[in-house]
Amino acid sequence: MTTPMLSVEAVSHAYGERRALDNVTFAVEPATFAVLLGLNGAGKSTLFALITRLYATQHGRIRIFGHDVERASGEALRILGVVFQSRTLDLDLSVMQNLMYHAALHGVRNREAQRLAHEVLVRMALKDRAHDKVRNLSGGLMRRIEIARALLHRPRLLVLDEPTVGLDVNSRADILTYVRRLIAEDGVSVLWATHLIDEVGENDHLIVLHQGHVLADSPLPRVLADCGATSVLDAFARLTRSEHLMSKAE
Amino acid sequence: MNSTIGDRPRAISVLSRNGFSLGQFATCLKGIIWRESLRFLHQRERFISALVRPLVWLFIFAAGFRQVLGMSIIPPYQTYILYAEYITPGLIAMIQLFNGMQSSLSMVYDREMGNMRTLLVSPFPRWYLLCSKLIAGTAVSLLQVYAFLLIARFWEIGPPLAGYLLVLPALVLCGLMLGALGMLISSAIKQLENFAGVMNFVIFPMFFASSALYPLWQVRESSPLLYYICEFNPFTHAVELIRFALYAQVNWLSLAVVGGCTVLFILGAILAYDPSRGLITRRGETAGAS
Repeated sequence: MTTPMLSVEAVSHAYGERRALDNVTFAVEPATFAVLLGLNGAGKSTLFALITRLYATQHGRIRIFGHDVERASGEALRILGVVFQSRTLDLDLSVMQNLMYHAALHGVRNREAQRLAHEVLVRMALKDRAHDKVRNLSGGLMRRIEIARALLHRPRLLVLDEPTVGLDVNSRADILTYVRRLIAEDGVSVLWATHLIDEVGENDHLIVLHQGHVLADSPLPRVLADCGATSVLDAFARLTRSEHLMSKAE
Repeated sequence: MNSTIGDRPRAISVLSRNGFSLGQFATCLKGIIWRESLRFLHQRERFISALVRPLVWLFIFAAGFRQVLGMSIIPPYQTYILYAEYITPGLIAMIQLFNGMQSSLSMVYDREMGNMRTLLVSPFPRWYLLCSKLIAGTAVSLLQVYAFLLIARFWEIGPPLAGYLLVLPALVLCGLMLGALGMLISSAIKQLENFAGVMNFVIFPMFFASSALYPLWQVRESSPLLYYICEFNPFTHAVELIRFALYAQVNWLSLAVVGGCTVLFILGAILAYDPSRGLITRRGETAGAS
């Protein structure tokens, strides 16, 4: 039996009286593309903040490849690559400078950092942009750089919070294809949070998060079978009991 | 479909240890200092305004008050001095005060823009990341201070030559104290727009209720209450520590106050940015949480 890349066990989180997550439990296995699907306000960003230890876990436990995020945050975070919903690049620095800064924050020394940065830029077809100022790049390119940056220190788990928001159809497809390829080529596990139903692939592991509760946590074919649904939209509508979505699915 | 982690030897070559080596800690610190310095150099207006502010005080304010405010012999001075000479340590501390608040402003900006998360999700301990950021801010303030001292030297205002070197430890300590204060304040500021309040409620009161512009014995004669406020103001002690260090002397009381406040403010900032205790976590800010 393999250790899950990410295990979220009975996690609850509240902001004062408002409960954002309620007893959330799921796991992401190695070399799996897991989609965390939920509407805006479902609790996805709160969950990301807990996985990346921006917030401390109030209740429950989160482990990254067996390392408890609270007790062994260093070990957990060093094998984690993160792409946040909002852009986190330094606009005044060049692409290469952003990558080098990230490498330093992971303790990767200069020469090795340059080698890794070069490698990741080639893979992402961004080599000719290495010395461009980030401020001058398009939204799609910035997203690719953020993914390149998240991969620089060779993480085992990549978590992305709505990475395609605000991008055009082509950029969205490019990014999705690239991240899916990482699983096959590098064995990286991916947790992809989105509210866009068309980003769920036919063999993806689907976790449906709604109002802080996990409503489904299985490979997509099983979710469809369990709901008696014919499509992801149909399944999501049935799970969340959204009449509006049900009528759309029909 | 499942593959184990053992399939990825290249990853292990980069991430082979559970703990970080000292060299990796140094790499992280170097990276943070490098980034802060680059940002500072890219923002030329910031560098220029950091210099213009004290120079205006030195060349206009001090010149205007030269005949009005006479300086008697008070330690560490051994002779009568010009007013411009007297306010130089205060202006140095002012540069560091503004720099500390500027760093705090950039932390609020980074938090709003999301850049802060890049720092906070680093696997290094959070206290180390915050201390590194403080050291980086202090390094930037040293660049500004020495540029100011160089310009002042051309107007024959400045300490004995040895003072330029001897003042360095005092500048580092004062830079850390004021940077840590800025960091602590940044944790309490929710939005960038609220930062103007820092100018009114922190920078100006700290600067004017101190020995930066006038000796405390003169303050005592005119207002005993203001004198005690100045005495309790840590900025006064930063000014005096710098003043004495420029003339190769140590003001032990100021050293103790600045040292104590530095530790206090750093601990406060670390607590404020701690994910399990900090103000930011309670407000649900860094995640942009939904």
